[in-house]
This record gives sequence, structure tokens and C-alpha cells, in this order.
Amino acid sequence: MQRKSYEGAVACLPVTIPYRRYSTNSAQWWLGRALHELIKRAGLRLKDIDGFAVSSFTVGPDTAVGLTQHFGLSPRWLDHIPFGGASGIVALRRAARAVQAGDADIVACVAGDTNHVDSFRKTLSTFSRFAQDAVYPYGSGGANASFALITKHYMNSYGAKREDFAKICIAQRDNAMSIPHAMMKKKLTLDEYMSARPIADPIHLFDCVMPCAGAEAFLVCREDVAKSLNLPSIRILSTIERHNAFPNDPMQIRGGWELDIGELWSMAALTPKDVDFVQTYDDYPVISMMQFEDLGFCAKGAGPDFVRSHTLTNDGTFPHNTSGGQLSVGQAGAAGGFLGLVEAMRQLTSQPLGSQVPNANACLVSGFGMINYDRGLSSCAAVLARAA
Amino acid sequence: MTEPLVRPRRKNPLKRTRLPLRPQGVRSRTAHGLTAAAAEGRFALQICLDCDTVIYPPRDACPSCLSARIPFREVARGGTLIAETAVRTTTDPYFRERTPWRVGTVKLDVGPVVVAHLHGDAVEGGRVRLELKLDKSGSAVAIALPEKDTENMADDPHLREMTCDPKFRRVLITDGRTGVGQAMAKAFSDAGAAIVFVGLADPWKPFAGMAGLRKIERVEIVPLDVTDTESVTELAEQNGARIDIVVNTAEHIRAGGVVDRHGLTIAREEIDVRYLGLLRLAQAFGPILRFRGADGVNSAAAFVNLLSVHALMNWPAYGGYCATEAACLSAAQCMRAELRPGGVKVVTVFFGPLDIDWFQTVPPPKVTPAALADAVVRALQRGLEDVFVGDVAEDIRQRLAVNPKALEREMAN
Repeated sequence: MQRKSYEGAVACLPVTIPYRRYSTNSAQWWLGRALHELIKRAGLRLKDIDGFAVSSFTVGPDTAVGLTQHFGLSPRWLDHIPFGGASGIVALRRAARAVQAGDADIVACVAGDTNHVDSFRKTLSTFSRFAQDAVYPYGSGGANASFALITKHYMNSYGAKREDFAKICIAQRDNAMSIPHAMMKKKLTLDEYMSARPIADPIHLFDCVMPCAGAEAFLVCREDVAKSLNLPSIRILSTIERHNAFPNDPMQIRGGWELDIGELWSMAALTPKDVDFVQTYDDYPVISMMQFEDLGFCAKGAGPDFVRSHTLTNDGTFPHNTSGGQLSVGQAGAAGGFLGLVEAMRQLTSQPLGSQVPNANACLVSGFGMINYDRGLSSCAAVLARAA
Repeated sequence: MTEPLVRPRRKNPLKRTRLPLRPQGVRSRTAHGLTAAAAEGRFALQICLDCDTVIYPPRDACPSCLSARIPFREVARGGTLIAETAVRTTTDPYFRERTPWRVGTVKLDVGPVVVAHLHGDAVEGGRVRLELKLDKSGSAVAIALPEKDTENMADDPHLREMTCDPKFRRVLITDGRTGVGQAMAKAFSDAGAAIVFVGLADPWKPFAGMAGLRKIERVEIVPLDVTDTESVTELAEQNGARIDIVVNTAEHIRAGGVVDRHGLTIAREEIDVRYLGLLRLAQAFGPILRFRGADGVNSAAAFVNLLSVHALMNWPAYGGYCATEAACLSAAQCMRAELRPGGVKVVTVFFGPLDIDWFQTVPPPKVTPAALADAVVRALQRGLEDVFVGDVAEDIRQRLAVNPKALEREMAN
């Protein structure tokens, strides 16, 4: 069956609550700040929010239901999407369908996490049953160790070099220089990247995101509602989502995008050449490189060459992770899955926090997440465009 | 090739002892199927009885056909190490003081992918064999060993964290008067133990094998009477901090059941030697062992209980003796929980009738003291927790697993 378009539903009002390395505040506090910013800037009352989607790792024992009472919301559409790096796009596509169907008029999509001094360790050791049974007892390196194995295998398979990953990280740092709340704002040189502290070979310090506290949010509503609120909005041309693709690959060398990529571009009626910038999920640079391949920007295995032949800064031939991504801004838990999407909304509505990509009319945003055992299980992507 | 261990120098008594830490030992109930296999040195994963899929990590439904008939079974342990890393930064205090810690992804020939600890001689891209071991938390982990044995491979620091290898460790054999005690002393000396303390009550009393015992290299006779609390305490005070493995060889074997034995004299004696003796040793040496669980190359490693396999099912011909053995088994299970914070293994070695005078009338097959001693050393080298020695012990283990009630009836004949 032909999938229905997202026509009529738009996303608007990108909100970021500036990140902090550590916070003594709770996840509820961070989510509350983001929600408050949404209604304040949209000029809405709390009761106008009739849809609510929330993503967080550290909000336990609460769920989305408990948060409605915490925040005084009475939504008629509610979703809890603790999907890590896939949270943003999954929230967007679900909320868009709810709005199209009339199940909700204005959906607040909010993601946020706190970062107490010990919360990272606690999150790692209890992330999933498989992590508890079959990963954490093996050196307790967390995601660093899992991605070290994926990175090593990718390098062995396709000849990627650390210098190629460096190029991704350095360009993102350049893009982050004008982002006020970025955790990492010092220019990164190739020397610094190469000589950084090893974390889990071949992963070194600047391949890793900085865990921090923060929140990201946006609204999804009908185009006419956005207009009546005077909110510049963006259109959703297509989206895809996939979980546990390719379970028989012995190591993750591709994400689920590969299964759905044809549909993503055909539904958008665009080709990879037609987008003006790309936001990949960059928990580690190898995953960004895989996304270049799996999302159709180059052939499988050509990721290293693709990176070598492009400039990835906002003024370059392939503007990528235009606010610096998680590698520079930081990873505020599940908000990391919103970061690229929220930044894309800013670029497409010409209200960037940092530098503007020239002629930014269409883009691709992708999400990836949830290392349950040895690989990221969730992948998703969206093609977005400036409103007409 | 593994760098051979260097014999540790005498410890500076003024230096702080490194306190034991443990990796996270929490597992799902299903995952403890691996722990059961590791305790006995088997390599078992779940197999789907409906579609033959081999499953890992442990699940509660087969990912190929959703069957719930997925018991743990021994499977081939060969595979290829497809990627490795060395963890240098970790959030876990145990691993933090042991970095870099190598782990890797092993694609098993039987199907699944296992993230495993890596022996130093396991090479990326190369063939490996996986073993399940109990780590310091007491839960099972997989370690990839090189496909063929390499020189000094037992000395690998990752592997040695999971074993109780007697090499360079100091052992206490609690009773050297018995054949088993003497065989044990010889076996530990041969296995490279740094000192083999051998306990003797009333050392002036001559006994068979005395001269031989004294000739064994690195044997040091110490006064020890497990029925005398003061004697046990005194030895622990003098030498406890220099003892890394305790092997309780105290023995008291008498025939006779519960109804048909007259009076309690023999029962009191066997309880005093075996059960109360174990408690005295546990109370005197347990706390020191637990404290020294991470004290370098010759850290405290294990407390070994030699138990008649009939601790698991009474053998009425030796019924009173078996009851005491069962009490010792129960105490050993308790000790396991109590010594686990130190990462010290409590090993239970179940033996069939021994080839010694006290089992004179029992027909073969019987276990020689030397075979028992070899089995103990091997179990420590492999890091096992439950060991069955001899054909009778193995037979009883299998019958017990199938039908305990049938075994109970059979033991009466």
C-alpha cells in the first residue's frame, strides 16, 4: 500500500534548554523547562497542548502518564518514546500522524535527561537485560566498548582510518564554535584528535560524546495552526523507522536505513543530491560514516572516500551536523535524539543558533540508537523541507 | 605467548592491602544457566528444541521460532574473533584498576555472537575457543582462549582473575596424616604452590607416609587440630595472612546408619571433625581470605571442601557419615555467599568411595587419593566451583538430575 504523505502536518518552534555538564536537577525539571519554553514562545496556555510525547532515560519511575499530572497537562494523545537516538524522528512521525488524523491538535514533543554525578554509570549497568547479562560484566566500558568493536570491524572491512573520523569530528567542532551552550567549544586540531587519550581502542576521547544534562523540544501541529500562532514551520516530506534490522550480520556494519532507504527518497520525491545539509546521529563518528552510506550519499564501503572528498562544515560541500552534533554540543541523554532534528528546524526556518547553511531548503535528519546488546537496534530518518 | 608470572616477592607488611572489588554480578534468572555450566566447567548455551537455533544472550523465547523449549546444552565452543578492543576507561571500580581490559566479539561456529573477555593470546581475526568461567562476582562470563594451548597460558592476568591457580600461591592442607592429605600436598607442590602448609595434630605421633610427606618440596608442617578451636585460631593468627588456598582434608569415615548405630559417640566425633572442624576453619580463616581477595598474584583464592558425593543423597550403609557430609555441604553453600565479597571461591569436590582403608569393604570403582588430589588442583586451575571425581560420583550426579526418588531407593540396595 502506498504510504500517505504527511501533508498538512508541520513541525515548529525548536527549543533547546542550554546543556550543563552536571545537574542536581531532576529529569522532570529539565522536561518542565522545555515544555514551559514551548508554551511561552508559542503564546499558548497549558490546556492548548492536547498531545504530549516524551523521551527520557532518567525520568524513572515516572512514565509519560505521571508527567501529565506533574506538568498539569490533560492531553488526549500521549506517547512515551524512550528510544534514545531514535526518539526525535519517531516522536515527529507519530505526532504528525496524530495531528493528520485529528487525534490531537498541538503535540508537544519533549526530550530531556539530567546528569547527576553517578547517573551515567547507573544507566549503563541497567540499560537492558542483555546489557546486564552479556555486556556490562565485560570490562564495563559501556557504549564506548561496544562502538569500539563496531568501529574496529568497520575499519578492518572498509579501510577507514582514524584521520577520516577526525575529519568528521573536526568539522563538527568548527560548526559548534558559534553555539553558546556547546560543551566543547575549543577548536579541535588533527593533532589533538590523534593524540587524545585512548578510551577503548580505536575509540579515543574526541570520538566520544560528553554526557550532560539538557532538553530539546518542538511542536507538531497543522500548518494552519502554526500560521495562526505566527510560528515558522517545516514540512515533513518522508520518514522511515526500523528496529533490529539485519540480526544475522555478525557485527553491525549497516543500520536499518538500508532496508527502507528507497522508500525514504521516493516518498520525498527527492534524491540525496537534493538536500542542502544532513544531520546524522553522531554518538560516534563511525555511525555517521555508516549513515552516509546507508542513506544513499555514497555506496556501502565508500564512506571513508566520501568523507575525504567533501568538506563537512556549514560552508562546505556537504554541511553535516550543523550545530556541532552531540560530539561537540554534548549528549543530554534522550535529548541527543532530538538535537539534529531541532537544529534542522532552525536551519530550515532561518533562525540558527550558530551559523546558517546557505540556501537551506531541504535536509535529511537521521536517528540511531539503543545498544541493547552488541549493536544499535533502532534507525530512522526524515526528509524535511522549508515551508512553502 | 603469555609472559610467565614472576614469583611475588615477600609482601611489605606496612603496605596497604588492596581491597577486593567485584565486577557486576547481577544476572537475569535465565542467564544463571551459564553460571550453572561455568561452575562445572561446561560450555553450555541455550538450544531451541524446536528449531535447533543456538541462542545467546540468554532469552526466554527462541528468536527464530518463539519456542519456550530452550534448555542449556553443551555446544561446540569454536569460533572466530572478529573484532577486539581494549577498554581503558570504565565506570566500574573493579575494571578501573585492571585496565586496559581486552574484550572482543566472537562469532561462534554454532551461530551466535558472544562479547567475551579475551585471553592475551587470542588474536583478532583468528580462531578461538570460548570457555565459561565464574568471575570474581561468582557469575558466569565467557572468555576467548586461543584455539590451541599456548605457553604459560594459565598465567594470563585476565584468565587468572577467573581461576584459582595454585601456582605461586600458598596452600594449607588441614590434615597431613591421611592418604588424601599427603597426595594433596604432593599435587599442590607439583602444581607450583609457593608453600604447602600441612597441618598435623600431635606431630610427634608417627604415621604412615610421614617420611614421604616431609620430603615433598616446599612442604611446611604446622600444628593443627581441627577439633581444637585454639589450635585452629592460633594457626590462623600466625600464618593466616600467608595462606591463599585452604583444602580441608580432615576426614572421619565410619560405616553405619542412623537407626542401626548404637549411641552418639561416633556421631559426635564425626560432627566434631567434619562439621565443627569446618566451622572452626571457616571462622578462623574465612575473614582473612575474604580480606585478601585482591592481594596481588598470590591473592587469597579458594576454600576447598572435599565431600562425599553421598552428601547429595544418603547412602544408608554409611548413613551417619553421609548426614554429616550433608551438613558440611550446606555450610559450604553458606560460605560461598559469605566469601563472595572477597572474590574467594568455595569449591565443593564430590568424590565417590575412596581407595583407602575406611572403604575397605566397598567394591570398585574407587577413587585413589592421588586422583582426588589431581582433580582438586585441576579444578582450581580451571576455576570450577563444583567437581565430581570418579565414576560413582558422576553416576550419582546423573541419576540425581533425572530422578532423585529413584536414586534414594537405589542407594538402599
